[in-house]
Amino acid sequence: MHQKSLSELAAGLRAGEFTSEALTRHFLDRIERFDGELNSVVTVTADAALEAAREADRRIAAGDAGPLTGIPFLHKDIFCTDGVRTSCGSRMLDNFEAPYDATVTEKLRQAGAVMLGKTNMDEFAMGSSNETSFYGPVKNPWDTGRVPGGSSGGSAAAVAARLAPLATGTDTGGSIRQPAALCGITGIKPTYGRVSRYGMIAFASSLDQGGPFATSAADAALLLEAMSGFDPRDSTSIDRPVEDYSAALEQDLDGLVIGLPKEFFDDGLDARVRAVIDAAIEEYRRLGATVKEISLPNSGLSVPVYYVVAPAECSSNLSRMDGVRFGHRCEDPKDLDDLYTRSRGEGFGAEVKRRIMIGTYALSAGYYDAYYLKAQQIRRLIRDDFVKAFEEVDVIMGPTSPTTAFRLGEKSDDPVTMYLSDIYTIAVNLAGLPGMSIPAGLVDGLPVGLQLIGDYFAEGRLLNIAHQYQKVTDWHTRCPAGYE
Amino acid sequence: MSLDQDTIRRIARLARLGVDESENETYARSLSDIFAFVEQLNAVDTTGIEPMAHPLDARQRLRPDEVTESNQRDKFQKIAPRVEAGLYLVPRVIE
Repeated sequence: MHQKSLSELAAGLRAGEFTSEALTRHFLDRIERFDGELNSVVTVTADAALEAAREADRRIAAGDAGPLTGIPFLHKDIFCTDGVRTSCGSRMLDNFEAPYDATVTEKLRQAGAVMLGKTNMDEFAMGSSNETSFYGPVKNPWDTGRVPGGSSGGSAAAVAARLAPLATGTDTGGSIRQPAALCGITGIKPTYGRVSRYGMIAFASSLDQGGPFATSAADAALLLEAMSGFDPRDSTSIDRPVEDYSAALEQDLDGLVIGLPKEFFDDGLDARVRAVIDAAIEEYRRLGATVKEISLPNSGLSVPVYYVVAPAECSSNLSRMDGVRFGHRCEDPKDLDDLYTRSRGEGFGAEVKRRIMIGTYALSAGYYDAYYLKAQQIRRLIRDDFVKAFEEVDVIMGPTSPTTAFRLGEKSDDPVTMYLSDIYTIAVNLAGLPGMSIPAGLVDGLPVGLQLIGDYFAEGRLLNIAHQYQKVTDWHTRCPAGYE
Repeated sequence: MSLDQDTIRRIARLARLGVDESENETYARSLSDIFAFVEQLNAVDTTGIEPMAHPLDARQRLRPDEVTESNQRDKFQKIAPRVEAGLYLVPRVIE
């Protein structure tokens, strides 16, 4: 059952071949069997899942089912879930049972999707390897000595190992696309403002965006559609109707113009990863696309811009964790200052502390203009490069990550090297554009992701372009050995 | 760009962040590396460029000033570390 597509699963449920309860038990059993080693799930909500599955079965029997009714999924532990621990991968929130549902949680509940549990992640989504989690690193199912990517590493590893057909993620600098690439699955970060951030614990509010993981673009389309939509409770949500993403999948690609930014194919790119990307572009030529070299001259500045903007916003967002209203509180504080300082010192891990300090320094008196304002100005230049490029091309393609999955511990002592593993994804967040990663090949048995970047609100077009590739290739059907 | 251990102490204090003395040197080194890396932004001429606050230059929406939330104090305080009689408890601040 775990190798079936979403449409096959939905058809099976409707035809009565199996129940949602049986499907849910099947995936819960797989989590039980495999996750001891992978560590991709931090909370399993088995009883609630089975109850939701039985309710879904009643809806299906009554003919009141949508495409996700009765379909199990895993939820990144950054989305608030009423009454269920929402830890954000941090000791700070290890005891935090959210008192309400995030909008995304509520929408998936209403769609009848069955939450199996919450997935491991880098602490407060700060990381590119899932090694900063309070609950320990997630292992990549393709090679358990390697990282799954981050920050949505648990969600990506779980879908790759077929522990759930779908999972949610969030992407602030590449946290959906990079783990999707390193785990050989499909992930899409929509346009900023497309998916509500309400109840999604904030890291960098001007960059954060939720999105889906699945094995295929067709499956991701169904989950993205359910997650998307205007939400008055998110002040940056965009009031614009959601496309029928599934209906857009079948358009042919004849005449598609693909832009290849020369900056994405420089010396930093592993030669064998490049060969995989070149082969994928060839496949698109055969599908009727033409290719044009473009330039995004300011994109090389995206990592330094990001490491000003994101920490500045995080230092402000994380000030709400103060040991007073929720979360970790130190023992026997001697005064209010001691309560704040020790609760935060004990509750946050090293990478989160580092970023809070970067942000605090960048925003401190006398430095604001030199760092934050300067970074926000260059951010506009980075966006304008994309706007100009989309006057000439329909989609931009390149690698998602400069390398395949690296070894656990390989980059954890060197933050700048770790930050550079997001070099091809960060510019997309700074510009607020939709971006996607799809599996395009293997190097030494490890997956390589092809990144697709679209114009604002071109999610449907991106999914269509990805789906057409997946119709003529089988990389997205490859499953790591031992999890078949 | 180099940050010394005193600067780390000052930033940690501003952020109300407990940082162990023994870790100051490591943080000083990694923050220095990061700000040295960020320094390349200074080379870009940004005269007259409007800072970008929102990718689509969207403005904050206003809503009618109406009560939309119900009182959920008990639910919210259930997850608080220390409460009494509907109040959040902190160490004494006024003698």
